[in-house]
Amino acid sequence: MADLAARGEKPEYLLWVGSAGAYDDRYKHVTRAFVKILTFLHVDYAVLGTEESSSGDVARRAGNEMLFQMQALSNIDLFNRYGVKKILTCDPHAYNTFKNEYPDFGGHYEVTHHTRFLLDLVREGKLTPGRNVFRDCMVTYHDPCYLGRGNGEYEAPRMVLGELGAKIAEMPRNRSFALCCGAGGGQMFKEAEPGDKEIFIERTEEALSTGAGIVVTACPYCMVMLTDGIKYKNREEEVKIYDIAEMVALSLGL
Amino acid sequence: MSKQVVFALTLLITLGVFSLTVARIVAFFRLTKPAFPVKDWGRRFKLVLTEVFGQNKMFRRPVVGLMHALVFWGFLAILFGSIEMVIDGLAGTERFLAVLGPVYDVIIALGDVFALIVLVAVIAFLIRRVAMDIPRFRGEEMKHTSHLDAILALSLIGLLMITLLGMNTAYVTYTALAGFEQKGVFPVSSLISSFLGSDLLVTTVYRAHEINWWAHILLIFLFANILPYSKHFHVFMSVPNVFLSRLDPLGKLPNMPHITREIRAMLHPGTEEDSSGEPAELERFGVKDVEDITWKSYLDALSCTECGRCTAVCPAHLTGKKLSPRKIIMNVRARMKEKGPGLIRQGKDFDDARSLLRDYVTEEELWACTTCNACARECPLNINHPVLIVDMRRYLVMEEASGPAGLNAVFTNIENNGAPWQYPREDRMLWAEELYINA
Repeated sequence: MADLAARGEKPEYLLWVGSAGAYDDRYKHVTRAFVKILTFLHVDYAVLGTEESSSGDVARRAGNEMLFQMQALSNIDLFNRYGVKKILTCDPHAYNTFKNEYPDFGGHYEVTHHTRFLLDLVREGKLTPGRNVFRDCMVTYHDPCYLGRGNGEYEAPRMVLGELGAKIAEMPRNRSFALCCGAGGGQMFKEAEPGDKEIFIERTEEALSTGAGIVVTACPYCMVMLTDGIKYKNREEEVKIYDIAEMVALSLGL
Repeated sequence: MSKQVVFALTLLITLGVFSLTVARIVAFFRLTKPAFPVKDWGRRFKLVLTEVFGQNKMFRRPVVGLMHALVFWGFLAILFGSIEMVIDGLAGTERFLAVLGPVYDVIIALGDVFALIVLVAVIAFLIRRVAMDIPRFRGEEMKHTSHLDAILALSLIGLLMITLLGMNTAYVTYTALAGFEQKGVFPVSSLISSFLGSDLLVTTVYRAHEINWWAHILLIFLFANILPYSKHFHVFMSVPNVFLSRLDPLGKLPNMPHITREIRAMLHPGTEEDSSGEPAELERFGVKDVEDITWKSYLDALSCTECGRCTAVCPAHLTGKKLSPRKIIMNVRARMKEKGPGLIRQGKDFDDARSLLRDYVTEEELWACTTCNACARECPLNINHPVLIVDMRRYLVMEEASGPAGLNAVFTNIENNGAPWQYPREDRMLWAEELYINA
């Protein structure tokens, strides 16, 4: 972003990589997959690079409103400095915070989650996903809370999967009934409270019960939790887990 | 005439007691904090239509949802007859609203049919309560009194339906015996009446009608005054609570504007935000006790039916953790009942050495929440549990700095290097390196 600004250029989209997209080894693959699609389609975008910081979602949900607002106000300052109008992200938590919470601080942007962005590209005829790689593959889709219940987006990811020719085996609890992966609200970073079971195990068992060979999701937290769950169940050999962006990139051979 | 006087006095007592209850509740609301400005009336009316009158979310559990919807729709049809009974009681008329003609016939017929449907549904609900083991009727917060409360309300509704059918049957029978004109149509009661012998005395049947009439109206008056102290208060509260729903997407948390002012002043010293002039009131951050909650959270607490749909879908609860969203909402109501009178008497300095946080809701419960919003999505009355949970977390973190160690580390990392993990900022672009090699 800074490089473009120095040349006096303004990209159409800011791609918000997010902390997990930048640091988490598994989710870096998702960032790369999405960036490959954007480059393949000549989308005019830029990232903030080392200027990016936390969106503040975790801080807010963990009760640290002071820290959240520090992050929000400095991010808005940064966005405004670069004249950001449209934001793209693979993270439903950042998406939710930018879209619903930043307006309270004067930060109004057109925020798009990558699942909806990909579907729009397909509908506009700009993106034609390959139908050979996943044709008739049995996949199951795990709804991230902040995309689904939080913002009512249940269909875009499913429609993209449909475009790939994949068959969706729904879990008993899907869409607005979906069970959380267990990571939101700060849970990712702390020990779980005493109980009978970990939430991610419960959800992994449900995903595995569909018999699908691929578990698909669209959120960095869900990715981490379900990846761990599948490993815990010793099923990582037969059952793969991918983000929607990875599915599309793979279908295009990117 | 004497009947009218007795009725007027009874109605007056009923309304008097009810007014005292309302005054008490209004006084409790005065103790709460602002939530949000009530705008967007069109959307709110629509919500009342779909969620209350359409019973939308109830059908997320289709079988029991339909049973509840039938009881609710029956209540609406029967309410018409109850209003007529009050008019008749005061004016000394008989079936006064019959002047409405065919409209009257339809509504009264619906009420008569629904009386039987509601009676059957209520018996089914009682069987569910007493004889069946429904997981969401269990739980730490479901005390013996919670179950008695439910059984009492269901029994009263059952009695209301029996007396209504009794009254209608007696009415149909004595008008037929005496050759009077029958006002209204009564499909169920006419059927029952046809099974009664024809050798009945008009006076006996008329007396039966009077007994059922009085029993029915007195039960309504009694019920109306029990409701505010019962989980069945939702009969009154569902419309206001749904009308006053938070309209934001579930993902959004409410803002704390006084913090924004502080941070703006810090980030941009010398600007207008900095020199507002008014001394910042020392307001507590977040919710520790019942006087810190918003009016909306208290309204939620009064509306809660204790149905447990929230707890039944809570991921923390499902995996054996202590968190139960229903319990937290019930705790708010109980704590207001305990502390509210003292706060009203002695002002906001009143202290009974207890608080909502810790004495009712433990930290263990609060930190088990994933803010997944399954509870709020499920609540048929649009109660929002996560907002209250995060409000209590705000108190723990900002007033006491007593969050779990893992989260305190997250805060420090975000402050230092702008990410929840302890990685240097310079490494934020490492993900792209491999990309260039591949490309």
